Amino acid sequence: MSGVLVVTEVVDGRLDESVRELVTAAVAVGGPVTLGVAAADVDAVLADTAIAGVDEVVTVRLAAGGFDHELQRHAVRAMIEQVTPDVVVLGYTIRAAAYAAALAEELGLGFASDVVGLSRDAGELVAIKPVYGGKVYAELGFASDAAVLVTLRPGVWEQAEVAGAPAAVREVALGGSAVSRVRHVEYLAPAGGVDLKRADVIFSVGRGVGAKENIEKFAEIANKLGAGLGASRPLVDSGWLPAAHQVGQTGVSVKPKLYVAFGISGALQHLAGMSGSKKIIAINTDKDAPIFNVADVGAVADILEVADELKALI
Amino acid sequence: MKIVVCVKQVVEVPSYVEFGAGGADVDPAFTSRELNDADTYAVEEALRIRDEVGGEVVVVTAGDEGAVEALRRCVAMGADRAVRVWSDGLSVHDPIAVARSLAAAIRDEAADLVFCGVQSSDAAQQSTGPALASALGVPSVSVATKVDVVSGGSGLTVRREFEGGLAEVVELDGPAVITVQTGLNTPRYGSFKEMMKAKKAQIPVVDPGDAGASRVKVRRMFVPASSGGRDIEMIDGGPAQIAARIVQLVREVG
Ligand SMILES: Cc1cc2nc3c(=O)[nH]c(=O)nc-3n(C[C@H](O)[C@H](O)[C@H](O)COP(=O)(O)OP(=O)(O)OC[C@H]3O[C@@H](n4cnc5c(N)ncnc54)[C@H](O)[C@@H]3O)c2cc1C
Ligand SMILES: Nc1ncnc2c1ncn2[C@@H]1O[C@H](COP(=O)(O)O)[C@@H](O)[C@H]1O
Repeated sequence: MSGVLVVTEVVDGRLDESVRELVTAAVAVGGPVTLGVAAADVDAVLADTAIAGVDEVVTVRLAAGGFDHELQRHAVRAMIEQVTPDVVVLGYTIRAAAYAAALAEELGLGFASDVVGLSRDAGELVAIKPVYGGKVYAELGFASDAAVLVTLRPGVWEQAEVAGAPAAVREVALGGSAVSRVRHVEYLAPAGGVDLKRADVIFSVGRGVGAKENIEKFAEIANKLGAGLGASRPLVDSGWLPAAHQVGQTGVSVKPKLYVAFGISGALQHLAGMSGSKKIIAINTDKDAPIFNVADVGAVADILEVADELKALI
Repeated sequence: MKIVVCVKQVVEVPSYVEFGAGGADVDPAFTSRELNDADTYAVEEALRIRDEVGGEVVVVTAGDEGAVEALRRCVAMGADRAVRVWSDGLSVHDPIAVARSLAAAIRDEAADLVFCGVQSSDAAQQSTGPALASALGVPSVSVATKVDVVSGGSGLTVRREFEGGLAEVVELDGPAVITVQTGLNTPRYGSFKEMMKAKKAQIPVVDPGDAGASRVKVRRMFVPASSGGRDIEMIDGGPAQIAARIVQLVREVG
């Protein structure tokens, strides 16, 4: 039992973009690195598995396309049984989170999710994970008597280099007992409406606006300055703004020249949709809000007071 | 229909914290606790289904005595009963141990459906629900934005959410664990009468025994160094200066 199994996902016929970050983390942990892929059309993504640091590729051929977390769990279980790694790493994505902890429970593995640091210390695997809204990090230790499965936060590790040729491929069979208890019916496309993707400047409001009535002020300022209006998820959940305004993991991903976050804490799922912006301004009453970790310009202030000044200015 | 809802009394911390428990956790003097936001949607969804098809809603938490407040709030919302799971050795920082402990209590309930929140705001793991499903030997669906009980049967139709706002409709047969995304309903508060009832509710405690054994040890907690590498310009002065700098930066783009 040694080495790291990196499991990646196939989304829309391609390997998830975080795969080369996962490989970097795996190489740093030490031991041989195996990259595992389970998909209907594995051959179509094999070329993308050519990543420096990967010693071997294992594949599982699934009967159906799309994403089925039950079949994925069976497939990764089969990989773990073949490879016998002592560490298994997955990306912290919605798809992986749907089965990762179930697999760890089933196999009796150590487990942590949304991990931002991974190392070994005298036989113990050490994982660092943000807690309490990201204001505090917990350092978790796992004894070496069982393998450990962790999901890693995207965007933390550097991308491993692309290699000249893929590593040797080993195909792992999926037993006939691997059936899914969840039946696919249909996919539904995201809500349309506003086109935030094309805006050069986006003003986004978060829970810090306090009340629905206050959104109008920001909408008016954004409009006057030619900016698009974005929002964090809780505002959409409350029905204060239509879903098309939602920026983040389950909303739109944007990369404007300027993104202004008003009263947004900077949760992982919000950052997932805007951290690639060219310049980020954050205004928040909490000087330790995680949004300041990605901001280029910051101000500790009440956004409603800033809004009044903005209105007076323009 | 019997629906169990797992709820968590989450920990919130202010900007400045100090650590207790030998450095392994934030000193409780610096924390406040409340019912996890996503769980209010999970409870509401259970109440909605119960009110439509009849049955019972049981709320369960794995937590110390302080966690009872989360259960009382759910009873005030309209849950029929509450159960607390606890043993002194249980680590709330291990979702597998928590899930197995919850399973120890839920198995006896023989629920038709189990709801969890999509994630807890303090641990943000999105893991307790899937691990619980495994411990119970039932399927799960995560990040549900719509749940329909097929009338008269154990069938469920669930809409779940993926990255980029993509949604998928799936079907499965209960019993199952479903993790509920925020925003799929409007959680109720409960009437004054229900709040009084909740205060007096008898809440039994279940000891999970060995189920709570953990493979994870919190070695320490710490405050991360701020700023993930970017040099940040903090705007000095009041709201007027901040507004002026924002307008200036917007005009530079244009
Ligand atoms: C599967 C999943 C998908 C998700 N997808 C998304 C997504 O696509 N997009 C998204 O945004 N979230 C998403 N979330 C939710 C996400 O985890 C956070 O809960 C959310 O981003 C928090 O929004 P917020 O920052 O507005 O609210 P909070 O976290 O409540 O932050 C509010 C902030 O406002 C500040 N504030 C309060 N009052 C004022 C004031 N007067 N002036 C200035 N500042 C003030 C506070 O200090 C705080 O920092 C998702 C969650 C899950 C589990
Ligand atoms: N200690 C607990 N007791 C009861 N339910 C919990 C507990 N921890 C987590 N949960 C449930 O699991 C969901 C997801 O939490 P997490 O896996 O920590 O992100 C929560 O919204 C709750 O429904």
